[in-house]
Amino acid sequence: MKLPPNTHRFIEEAGAITAFTSRFFREAFRPRYEWNAFLNQCYIIGYKSLPLVGLTGFIMGLVLTMQLRPSLIDYGVESELPAMVGIAIIREIGPVITALIFAGKIGSSIGAELGSMKVTEQIDAMEVSGTNPFKYLVVTRVLATTLMLPILVLLGDAISLYGAYLGVNIKSTTSFHLYFTQVFDNLSFGDVVPAFVKSYFFGFAVGIIGCFKGFNSSKGTEGVGKSANSAVVVGSLLVFILDLIAVQVTDLLGLN
Amino acid sequence: MNGNENKEVVLLIRNLYKSFGSNKVLNGFNLALKKGENLAVLGKSGSGKSVLIKCIIGLLYPDEGEITVLGQSIQSLNQDELDHLRVKIGFLFQSNALYDSMTVRENLEFPLRRHWMEVNNTKAHELVMEALENVGLADTVNKMPAELSGGMRKRIALARTLILQPEIILYDEPTTGLDPITSKEISELMNHLQKKYNTSSIIISHDMNCIQRTSDRMILLIDGVAYKEGSFDELKGSDDPVIQPYFE
Repeated sequence: MKLPPNTHRFIEEAGAITAFTSRFFREAFRPRYEWNAFLNQCYIIGYKSLPLVGLTGFIMGLVLTMQLRPSLIDYGVESELPAMVGIAIIREIGPVITALIFAGKIGSSIGAELGSMKVTEQIDAMEVSGTNPFKYLVVTRVLATTLMLPILVLLGDAISLYGAYLGVNIKSTTSFHLYFTQVFDNLSFGDVVPAFVKSYFFGFAVGIIGCFKGFNSSKGTEGVGKSANSAVVVGSLLVFILDLIAVQVTDLLGLN
Repeated sequence: MNGNENKEVVLLIRNLYKSFGSNKVLNGFNLALKKGENLAVLGKSGSGKSVLIKCIIGLLYPDEGEITVLGQSIQSLNQDELDHLRVKIGFLFQSNALYDSMTVRENLEFPLRRHWMEVNNTKAHELVMEALENVGLADTVNKMPAELSGGMRKRIALARTLILQPEIILYDEPTTGLDPITSKEISELMNHLQKKYNTSSIIISHDMNCIQRTSDRMILLIDGVAYKEGSFDELKGSDDPVIQPYFE
């Protein structure tokens, strides 16, 4: 049976991504380890993404609080606002919004950078200079995205909760201490740990897709644009798919 | 003639085959490069010239045939041995392949530090400055590649190729995209550096002026085989209707 072209292309791409991912695991644990390049990527990917993640987190916290308040007033549970906002931010909004922003900023940048290096023969030049380009470019970036995203999620959550605190205080007065007591008293192990763990998977997905698209870029500058674009689209889509899987897994484990 | 007849062969290719799908690019290609010789390979775009030198440096693997570089068969080497051999082979890329995110100094230091991990900062600085002085661009050491003109980028790429003092240099279209004056300067620089370091070179090109200025001998690559070889003047004087269009 002949498969429709789009299905055939999808299966081919999924197979190529799987092969690329298995190569990552083979190369990552074999010396030579590229510590300097890895630390440099952690700085670029982690530290330089912080302002954007912080700003979006702050706005999301503030807006979410302001949007939730009228509904809670209707049900007469306005006092539960910090608890509800806290759970929403820690469980879902923080990790997913941070991962999507991360896919937009870092996924596209990795796709475009590696794509441009590929079409201008810089990756070949690296190879003839005694460097394994997969290790130097891909392994370092994927490890950096995997390790930096959870840290960004933690910081983003903290800033978002502060934004929510300001949101709570727009139409009422709640002390900083009371607000955070209400937030943390209503958080459980099942709220915090799965959200933190899934952000490692989000980081890995964004990194591996960005690198895959860039590393396999072709057709000159047009190919670079496509690599950057599809790195964001596929990376963001994977974040949602992983989120769906994560919620099913935590449900099965009885953590919901 | 060039006086290379009795010199040792530093690079030997026998019956090289390479295909991409149904497209047979190299179809039993043969070549012998002697020490100190500049050998040009001429062919139409898409004739397999770049594939040939990428097979020599191990960026592509041939389907069949044998490539022997400085007495070592490329196909039989493991990755470490190949990296070790690559120190002795310089490769000037058609697009220069300078790392956009690095300064000129970092670009030149990259192969040094990757191949010679023990090189200290003083020695690295000396080698970088020597390589830049060789190409007349010592003042660009702290610039980014994007700040340089096309001709300057080509010179920097040449300096990076030379920094490990290779015995063989592979030039992939060294003058493509350059104006005639800059092309002439690059050709003269290639000759100057070849004399200074006594390197052997394979020059892939379809720029007849560059080939005429730089090559001792040339091979015409047609349909994946070495169709004809000889000096520039011999091939130019040929009455073969297949060869004549290349010199018109």
